[in-house]
Amino acid sequence: MSNLFNIDIVNPEQSFLSKDNVFEVVIPAVEGEIGILKDHIPIISFLKPGIIRVFSESEEQSFYVEDGIVEFKDNTLSVLTSSIFDLKNADKNFVSESISSAEAELSKDNIDDQKRFLLNHKVEVLKSISIN
Amino acid sequence: MPSLDDLRKRITSVKSTQKITKAMKMVAAAKLRKAQENAEKGRPYSEKMNNVILNLSKSITDKENAPKLLVGTGEEKVHLCIVLTADRGLCGGFNTNIIKKAKSYFEKIISENKTLKIITVGSKGYDQLKRQYKSYIVENISFKESKNINYFDADKVGKIIIEKFEKNEFDVCAIFYNKFKNVITQIPQEQQIVPLNENKDDKDDSGNDNDYEFEPDEDEILSNLLPKNISTQIFKAMLENSASEQGSRMTAMDNATRNAGELVDRLTIEYNRSRQAAITKELIEIISGAESL
Repeated sequence: MSNLFNIDIVNPEQSFLSKDNVFEVVIPAVEGEIGILKDHIPIISFLKPGIIRVFSESEEQSFYVEDGIVEFKDNTLSVLTSSIFDLKNADKNFVSESISSAEAELSKDNIDDQKRFLLNHKVEVLKSISIN
Repeated sequence: MPSLDDLRKRITSVKSTQKITKAMKMVAAAKLRKAQENAEKGRPYSEKMNNVILNLSKSITDKENAPKLLVGTGEEKVHLCIVLTADRGLCGGFNTNIIKKAKSYFEKIISENKTLKIITVGSKGYDQLKRQYKSYIVENISFKESKNINYFDADKVGKIIIEKFEKNEFDVCAIFYNKFKNVITQIPQEQQIVPLNENKDDKDDSGNDNDYEFEPDEDEILSNLLPKNISTQIFKAMLENSASEQGSRMTAMDNATRNAGELVDRLTIEYNRSRQAAITKELIEIISGAESL
């Protein structure tokens, strides 16, 4: 019995990643990271800024996402996101720009707690990227 | 009867027009392929989004408290229409078809004494609508600067819609665009996005095996998802539109090139005839002059 399942990451413009040999995916869901293995119960959730880690037989890939929706059903994990990039070819300028725009947003007074939390989290994740 | 010189000038001018239309046709053909590819690539996203929303709305039992974007405000007084057109002309009936479709919808709304608000996306739509419906147009958006259609632009339009909805500025929202069927046929579409029309012709819900786990709860996911869905729908419409635009332009320019060819043929015949007539006339003059000697 194999313990592999499918993953589809799509963004509005195109299909970003499609694999059928992954055995574990860790997604940054809103209420904490979720590790997904084969035969997980059907789930719908959405993402907060963070890193998706995809473990397949041969390699491990990491992607930064800002937001999105995940759906797991029939051993297929679909990730819908409008902002995603591979950590391997992360653009240093883009990352630092994102950090500064998020920080600028944070310094405004009129944002609610949830947004503040998300932004703080985003800055944290992005900073950890830029260090590596 | 135009003189020989005039005819010659006209032939050259038609020929150079033909060259332009031919070039435009080829450019459109190249762009069409890309636009079509993009439209196809963008499809999985909107399909999956639809699926998720469908599954979610099935599991919502409490319709009363469901997000308003899904079920509507309960009224139908103010209609917001988003008319998506091209920024450029010379593409056959492309823009006119959308406008026609939108106008008939506008007339219906007005005759029912409801309030109408219009947002035009793309400058051609604004140009055509401003004469008749200027007072209804609340916003005019154009993405002339963006080379490619990107999600970012669609998201901007989506945000405007959401903002207006949250301020209770409209009850029903519909978008107008051309759906790309093939190069020759584009079908003007009217699609309601707020409240979301549930597709009644959906295949029967395949049992109750979709017992999803939701994290956080359904309502929160839905209220997060629905605004995204609006942007996605707009993006889809923009992609379809751009493929349609190029297809329409290609066909129009192909026709124009052919017509120009026919015109050149006809003018050439006329030119040759009058040249021959001039020669014959001169000959007659010479001969009759010689005879009279």
